[in-house]
Amino acid sequence: MSSAIAAEYPAATAEERCEYTLRLADTSLVAGQRLAEWLGHGPALEEDLALGNIALDLIGQARLLLALAGRVEGRGRDEDALAFWRDAAQFRNVSLAEQPNGDFGRTIVRQCLLDAWQLETYESLAGSTDVELAGIAAKAAKECRYHWRYSAGWLVRLGDGTEESHRRVSEAMQDLWRFTDELLAPDALDARMAECGIAPPAAAIRERWEQRVAGALQAAKLPWPAHQHYPWHGKRGVHTEALGHLLATLQQLPRAYPGVSW
Amino acid sequence: MNEDWVLYEVFLRSRSGLEHKHVGSLHAADARMAIEHARDTYTRRQEGVSIWVVRSSEIVAADPEEAEALFEPARDKIYRHPTFYTIPDEVKNL
Repeated sequence: MSSAIAAEYPAATAEERCEYTLRLADTSLVAGQRLAEWLGHGPALEEDLALGNIALDLIGQARLLLALAGRVEGRGRDEDALAFWRDAAQFRNVSLAEQPNGDFGRTIVRQCLLDAWQLETYESLAGSTDVELAGIAAKAAKECRYHWRYSAGWLVRLGDGTEESHRRVSEAMQDLWRFTDELLAPDALDARMAECGIAPPAAAIRERWEQRVAGALQAAKLPWPAHQHYPWHGKRGVHTEALGHLLATLQQLPRAYPGVSW
Repeated sequence: MNEDWVLYEVFLRSRSGLEHKHVGSLHAADARMAIEHARDTYTRRQEGVSIWVVRSSEIVAADPEEAEALFEPARDKIYRHPTFYTIPDEVKNL
């Protein structure tokens, strides 16, 4: 990014950049922790490995992004401090990421909706005026392309599978759809980030997300669910009950033994 | 494990390798899933840059009963090994 182009954008404050980076970081961290819950419980050994690999990609993204958020914040908090020593209300992940796994079909539906959003977001962020964020996004986008391939592939198998598998993913889609509005509807911070050239415009992400998800739904023989307004806003720290339980597991060890290494 | 899943053999080409080598097997519902499972099971530590999968049932194997007829005749033909040449001193990198 040349300085001439960068100068066209207003500069975001450190607080705004930190807050926005935490949204991305926490979404990856929480989604990674959810998928890690499948370890040892996958429907087949191969799926166990697949879900574990995706979990590790997401946790890797979270580490880079949390470290960046900590540097931008400038108060000496590193990735561990941010992951293990914040409470639920300080987490900025989208609510969809924290939703419980349920059965394999429900996990696939959640991942599909989230993977499509992460993929489009990271691909766009690779051109961000925030060069550090752009670098992380370029790496994450490659990982997310595979995540989408995996989850969309399974959505089609299950949706266009047996009566039972179709029923399960169909119900999960109806249930989880209400959390997608949060992914696509920009709040003041999202708009500010777009104005500063840091994040892509929300309308562009929505269009590409809808196109991607519509293709998968059609192939999976699932209808496009009706729009549902839902009051949860994880990215502003208003979470569902599920996040507290997830964090209890995630944070238990370093809180019980501060400074422990393993 | 779903009983509809079948066994696939997995072949990988490593970064420096020229040929695909057999690395193991796995279960999958179809070829696309087999590639994904191979990627997730066998390339986690950068073992490969290319994957082949083939249904195990498609592999035609030599009959062990015929091992004598197939392999014994080569045993006494050691002249087929390139070990009878004197390498000139000037050749350094052979």
